[in-house]
Amino acid sequence: MSAISITGLHKHYPRVHALKGIDLVIPRGEFFGLLGPNGAGKSTLINIIAGLTRFDSGSVSVLGQDVVRQYQRTRRFVGMVPQELTFDPFFNVREVLRIQSGYFGLGRENDAWIEELMGALMLHDKAGANMRALSGGMKRRVMVAQALVHKPEVVVLDEPTAGVDVELRKSLWAFIQRLHREGHTIVLTTHYLEEAEALCDRIAILNHGAIVALDSKQALLAQGVGRTLRACITTKEPLTTLPAALSPKLKRQEGNRIELQLDKHTDSIVTVLDDLRAHGAVIEDLRTEAADLEDVFVELTRKKQP
Amino acid sequence: MNLTGAYTLFYKEILRFGKVLLQTLIAPVITSLLYLLVFGHVLTGRVEVFPGVSYIAFLVPGLVMMSVIQNAFANSSSSLIQSKVTGNILFILLTPLSHMEFFLAFIAAAAVRGLIVGLGVYLVAIFFVAVPVQHLGYILLFALLGSAVLGTLGVIAGIWAEKFDQLAGFQNFIILPLSFLSGVFYSIHSLPLFWQRLSHFNPFFYMIDGFRYGFFGVSDVSPLLSLAVVALFFMTLSGLTLLMLKTGYKLRD
Repeated sequence: MSAISITGLHKHYPRVHALKGIDLVIPRGEFFGLLGPNGAGKSTLINIIAGLTRFDSGSVSVLGQDVVRQYQRTRRFVGMVPQELTFDPFFNVREVLRIQSGYFGLGRENDAWIEELMGALMLHDKAGANMRALSGGMKRRVMVAQALVHKPEVVVLDEPTAGVDVELRKSLWAFIQRLHREGHTIVLTTHYLEEAEALCDRIAILNHGAIVALDSKQALLAQGVGRTLRACITTKEPLTTLPAALSPKLKRQEGNRIELQLDKHTDSIVTVLDDLRAHGAVIEDLRTEAADLEDVFVELTRKKQP
Repeated sequence: MNLTGAYTLFYKEILRFGKVLLQTLIAPVITSLLYLLVFGHVLTGRVEVFPGVSYIAFLVPGLVMMSVIQNAFANSSSSLIQSKVTGNILFILLTPLSHMEFFLAFIAAAAVRGLIVGLGVYLVAIFFVAVPVQHLGYILLFALLGSAVLGTLGVIAGIWAEKFDQLAGFQNFIILPLSFLSGVFYSIHSLPLFWQRLSHFNPFFYMIDGFRYGFFGVSDVSPLLSLAVVALFFMTLSGLTLLMLKTGYKLRD
């Protein structure tokens, strides 16, 4: 049985066809990344899984249960950390977590888990503090705790580290990785490509409501654009023109710095430098980088517009 | 049924208004007391009410019921609009609570606040004026039904409104006129015939008239008719609210 199974999913908003026939299966225990530019349909897709958004056609199930017909079961399976920083200003941290636990039918027997969660997310010192008094990062941790308060098997995180500082991002990463090790299925949407690269086993790239790539992280890096090499070259004077052979490979040019996208198999960095020198350029610095997910992401979302 | 879940939502709503007692319980009691003192003083002897019933005594059940219904409405509507505007309603929407559990929790909490404020107004009022109690059962029944009706209207308004301005419109253009024109301050028999007849189309009139019957044993219309109208109104509104919740109207896009 898969953790999440989506078939032929369509969602229309008044002026937008937000999801255009999504088919996706996420096995249990996977760390799955959902990437895409703003408006690609990532949040719509995970909101449908969590039951926050209705859909027009298709089917979505969590652990074999339909999210519409058996919503009371599927919502117990899913813990979701929403993207927007939101909180109830009337309550303190412990009250918020006990109330959230109660909604799932859990009483005081769940208090030990709530305390454990607060410990793991370093919230103990703030347990009695009103939500309004917490920093943004602390509020984000409470939202993570709220999503886990009923021990869901599937944890969905909608850009959990958006706008948080580096330290908190790292501690959240460590915590999410721990959840994954403990057997939770993790679905993560993120804008931070390094986040997906560092954490996810498999990645789907969504663009204009359709999946344009779905593969393991390694396979994505290896395919097409993944063969590319980025060369950042600094010249003494800004170049007004480029050698004809290099123009198609230009990715970015800022002042005296040019960024070229080269094919590892067919382009030679030595030839590139020779071409530039023959063109009159005095090269001061050279830096090369292997392709990362950003290259894949940019390439796929640019080319494969359905 | 997820009884613990429904109870938790109910408890959370109670806790919410309990944290702002001054605004949710004490202020409405004082406002009603001011109505009683001012209107009681100004209108005594000028407005024809029931035979043998002083105007100020007549006014008490009307003010109690008005407090019950206005606070019941305020509780569910303000809680929902705040949760929607701040976005924290999704912490409820993500849970396995059914639309019926959601409905019952909000209505029950609204009724509790309405009844506490109503009781507060009554207890303060009887310091100033003796008010008989003829049929306690009717008093409790109409108070309960009235608060449930307005709690339900509060849920409808809270779900429908997308901003505080729209909720204020609902409150000022629907709830306030219907409650002021329901016979809180007068017996409809003192009105011209046209307004008397029009009052019969106001469901709030039946709530207040039936409630007042419990105190004086006298009413403008039969208390059983009032009971039937209020019960039917409640069932209709409940059906509409449950449909809104089931379809996710303005809650699940």
